[in-house]
Amino acid sequence: MSEIVLLGINHNTAPVEIRECIAFSPEESTLAMQALHRKAAIDEIILFSTCNRVEVLLVTKNKPHAISETKQFIAEFNKIPIEQFEDALYIHVNEEAVRHIFRVASSLDSMVIGEPQILGQVKEAYRTATMLKTSGLILNRLLHRTFFVAKRIRSETGIGDRAVSISYAAVELAKKIFGILEDKKVLLIGAGEMAELAVEHLIRNKVGDILVANRTFENGIELAKQFSGKAIRFEEIGDCLDSVDIIISSTGATDFIITRNDVKKVIRSRRNRPIFFIDIAVPRDIDPEVNWLTNSYVYDIDDLKGVIDENIEDRQREARKGERIVDEAVIHFRDWYDGLDVVPTIIALREKLEDIATAEINRSFPSDKLSGQQADAIQKMTQSIINKILHDPTVFLKKNGIHDDKSLCIDIVRKLFKLDK
Amino acid sequence: MESVNSVTPFLYMLSAAGYFTYLFLQKSYLQRIGYVLFFAGFVCHTAIIVFGFVESGHVPAGNLRETLCMAAWAMAGVFLMIQYRFNIKILGIYAAPFIALMMLIVVQLPDAPAQTKTIFKSFWLVSHVVIIFIGEAAFALACGIGILYLLQENAIKTKRHRFFFRRLPSLDLLDSAGYVCIIIGFTMLTLGLITGFVYAKSIWGRFWSWDPKEVWSGITWLFYAALLHERLAVGWRGRRSAIMAIIGFGVLIFTFLGVNLLLEGHHKDFTKL
Repeated sequence: MSEIVLLGINHNTAPVEIRECIAFSPEESTLAMQALHRKAAIDEIILFSTCNRVEVLLVTKNKPHAISETKQFIAEFNKIPIEQFEDALYIHVNEEAVRHIFRVASSLDSMVIGEPQILGQVKEAYRTATMLKTSGLILNRLLHRTFFVAKRIRSETGIGDRAVSISYAAVELAKKIFGILEDKKVLLIGAGEMAELAVEHLIRNKVGDILVANRTFENGIELAKQFSGKAIRFEEIGDCLDSVDIIISSTGATDFIITRNDVKKVIRSRRNRPIFFIDIAVPRDIDPEVNWLTNSYVYDIDDLKGVIDENIEDRQREARKGERIVDEAVIHFRDWYDGLDVVPTIIALREKLEDIATAEINRSFPSDKLSGQQADAIQKMTQSIINKILHDPTVFLKKNGIHDDKSLCIDIVRKLFKLDK
Repeated sequence: MESVNSVTPFLYMLSAAGYFTYLFLQKSYLQRIGYVLFFAGFVCHTAIIVFGFVESGHVPAGNLRETLCMAAWAMAGVFLMIQYRFNIKILGIYAAPFIALMMLIVVQLPDAPAQTKTIFKSFWLVSHVVIIFIGEAAFALACGIGILYLLQENAIKTKRHRFFFRRLPSLDLLDSAGYVCIIIGFTMLTLGLITGFVYAKSIWGRFWSWDPKEVWSGITWLFYAALLHERLAVGWRGRRSAIMAIIGFGVLIFTFLGVNLLLEGHHKDFTKL
């Protein structure tokens, strides 16, 4: 009987040193899928690998064999001894494997819950598998269900709704203040990874001019080129306050660069247009008092972290809803999967009874002792006995409402009648 | 007509309930349900107004019941327009219960048949009444949008992002929608006052007679004129503009109801019980 097996390592079970050893590039994944598919124990296989995880999903009739062959293959392919990654490896079978793939693709198992890339990566792996024909009846069905579940979770829960990085949170805030960011003027003071990332997000939202102020003018020019903006001198910051809308500040200065008075002075010449300060620097660059001037808003790094913490909590709450959807989908899939075995079992059962009947008829009535009419009558009778005997077991097996484990019932029936030779 | 009369407030109430559940559950179909119910309410409401007009042959604003009904209708219409133009989904949370409440009061009030006076048939009076009501409806919405603005601004300034921050649109959208409402309101108020003057001239022979209603209307007009002037001259916007819109509406309500109920004057008939 076929079983679904999933082997994998992820960011929770393995440190990055091991993950990077085992990671497969897209080309390597293709090779690996083909190589594994050739193994006798493995009927269907899909493999995918991201920077946080490697997962091998397979269908096999010989579980122990398939597992050891896969481990062996991973070790040989990446030239790393099995012992080194064996502890980090998790192995899920059937229902648990199904649950795991559902959770992974829906981003419930991701480092950042709700991040959207993983679904695309699973889809890509599946496309490769279908092209190589390494997936079959069971995995095709399973992956289609997986995409369906992931989509449903994304649309029915708020799992991916709120920003969970500083720079995204800043952009989200800017949108709540300005509505659309188109043509808003941005001033970047200083430099830094987070600040530059925020500017990039703003550019993606089609902001207008970008000004860059740096203590070292040359560095400013360099950075401005990167954003196709304009560099200004540090001393000019005060002068451009009346035209810019969003200020991102990230300098090493020990004092405030922009004080309450600086902003107060320009309120009138700005005609009260809102101004938004994103202060990523520690110690802070913008006087927090600025926040209490009309139409000006200041968010420092702690404020932004507070926003993110709330959003992460939110995603976790939404993830719980997602888990419920997964539970439901696992049950659905199990029903389908179990149903796969019912029909062959019934057929095998009928064949067995027919074989017995034929053998017994031949033994009791050698063919020359019966007239055609008698033979027909006996044939008919045995046939209807078989039907009557099979009726109740068939109904029982096909019934959807078997409360106990369906595969267990099938297992017992097969053992009872010794259907698996 | 009786059934339409009772169905209208009921529809508005259901719509308000839809908007409330939308506020908490954030499912967009709830907002759509609220909107559709509101629209249905507005259609029935329009039927009531038209029926009243056809039946009596004059603007149905002859007693407090009719006047309130008319005001609620104007507000519903302006709300639908603002909703269509700016798509501020959450605005229904203000408009629907507000109008539902007005209509509930309307059905409680006695429906004394208004004595048909010839003065109700004048073109100037009809325009005066309709225009003024549209203006007042716009100011009512400006007040609602102002409240939403203050809630949202408070959420952003105090960095508490839980409830309102997520549910309300951006400050900029609220500010411009409020501004549009004030402009509509002010234009209508101005036109309404002019038609009123013309009508007063034609019936009493003078434009201005220091009637309390006239005086208070003048005060309201000056108040909104000041608000608009500041906005155009020095770019008053955001918080101050929102607060002014709320205070302005308070003054307006006094002009609309307070003057009639507390002071004497020639507009008294409109709010007669």
